[in-house]
Amino acid sequence: MIGGRIRAVAIGASAGAVEALLQILPSLAADFPVPILVVVHVPPDRSNALVPLLQAKCQIKVKEAEDKEPTHPGVVYFAPADYHLLVENDGSLSLSSDEPVNYSRPSIDVLFESAADAFAPALTAVVLTGANEDGARGLKAVMDLGGDGVVEDPAGAYAQAMPAAALGACPSARSMNLDSIAHYLQSLEAA
Amino acid sequence: MSAGRESVEDIEIQVLLEALYQRYHYDFRNYARASIKRRLLQAKEQLDFASISAMQDSLLHDRAMLPRLLNYLTVQVSEMFRDPSYFRALRTKVLPHLRTYPSLKVWVAGCSHGEELYSLAILFREEGLDARTVFYATDINPDALNAAEAGVYSTEQIRKFTENHQKSGARTSLSDYYVADYGRAIFDKSLRNRVVFSDHSLVTDAVFGEMHLISCRNVLIYFDRPLQDRAIGLFRDSLARKGFLGLGSKESLRFSSHADAFSDFAPEEKIFQRRTA
Repeated sequence: MIGGRIRAVAIGASAGAVEALLQILPSLAADFPVPILVVVHVPPDRSNALVPLLQAKCQIKVKEAEDKEPTHPGVVYFAPADYHLLVENDGSLSLSSDEPVNYSRPSIDVLFESAADAFAPALTAVVLTGANEDGARGLKAVMDLGGDGVVEDPAGAYAQAMPAAALGACPSARSMNLDSIAHYLQSLEAA
Repeated sequence: MSAGRESVEDIEIQVLLEALYQRYHYDFRNYARASIKRRLLQAKEQLDFASISAMQDSLLHDRAMLPRLLNYLTVQVSEMFRDPSYFRALRTKVLPHLRTYPSLKVWVAGCSHGEELYSLAILFREEGLDARTVFYATDINPDALNAAEAGVYSTEQIRKFTENHQKSGARTSLSDYYVADYGRAIFDKSLRNRVVFSDHSLVTDAVFGEMHLISCRNVLIYFDRPLQDRAIGLFRDSLARKGFLGLGSKESLRFSSHADAFSDFAPEEKIFQRRTA
């Protein structure tokens, strides 16, 4: 799927997520060709302050994902605090209150595994900075189904553990710095 | 689901859910599929089946498989006073209305292990309404109902429950309501003197009483849209005029064909009121 056509982008980030997302999302055009689904680890009782913060700086629309919402191109959907975000096979979104995965709710693995089922191989999954190992298993699920795996270069990441674990599970994923990830996403086209 | 996206596993899941319905009348066919798939794959792995089909074969021929599988398909973790601001809104906004009725019926729909039920029972006692209230706690999973009726939680959970309770505007201490015993917190049985525990399905069962408050939190998110609509219709038909419906913080009536039957009462806490008409 290198440089290929996709139906969605899924992004997971933890410690250092805000800075990393601020380097990527504001660079995307308002008519970005596919939906972007994002899980960021945030404390359960924190309302999602990320959405207004990023919306103020982005051309692309940024919103909190709602249960059973259809997904549209040019929109970034954030998992709400304290809920998992999943993709149904028809491309719509579901929330769940199931137990935390990797001590996390929302969990990146939960998003990636369901997004793989719904979209792969036409899916680009991106693992960014983080201090845990969430996302590694999910990225492997995406790549096992022929999807496209991108990982922030651990050497330059705010927290290395999460991208390093993703590369450990998926050695063939492409590792790049945040600027290159931004450029890469800009080059994607809809399937 | 769109045509052509079904993997072999998706087909196996479809067939298992059909078998579960035909054989035991538990209907998960209109549950949101992505979560069901996660849970069935977890069951397959932990119960050591080679495939979902193998698990389905066992389910059809061995009745003992039913409760084991139900515990994967239904049980959700929760907390007492989860989202304390919801309970604070019930305390400060809803209970002043309920106080005007001589007797009250409260339905906790999808009560799971009872965390929400005990939260409400404690809240109503603190506010002096417990003696005039009957609670109905329903679930489709008999094991969950038994756990709810037992009212025993691990002491590891109690710290969080206590913190939530305090944030809900507590008038008492949570420790007034349980005794700790070897790592377990056993809740006072007087809290369930006026609780009816019952098997009831939002998918297949009907109205069973006229309620003043229905609390159903983080249950509807597991349903697809048409099934959500059925459940909300059931709530509408179960509520007294001006009765209240409380949903989970990410649940909504917005897409329901029954939305007009309700007004926003405390929208930030997803508390709705049945209209009079």
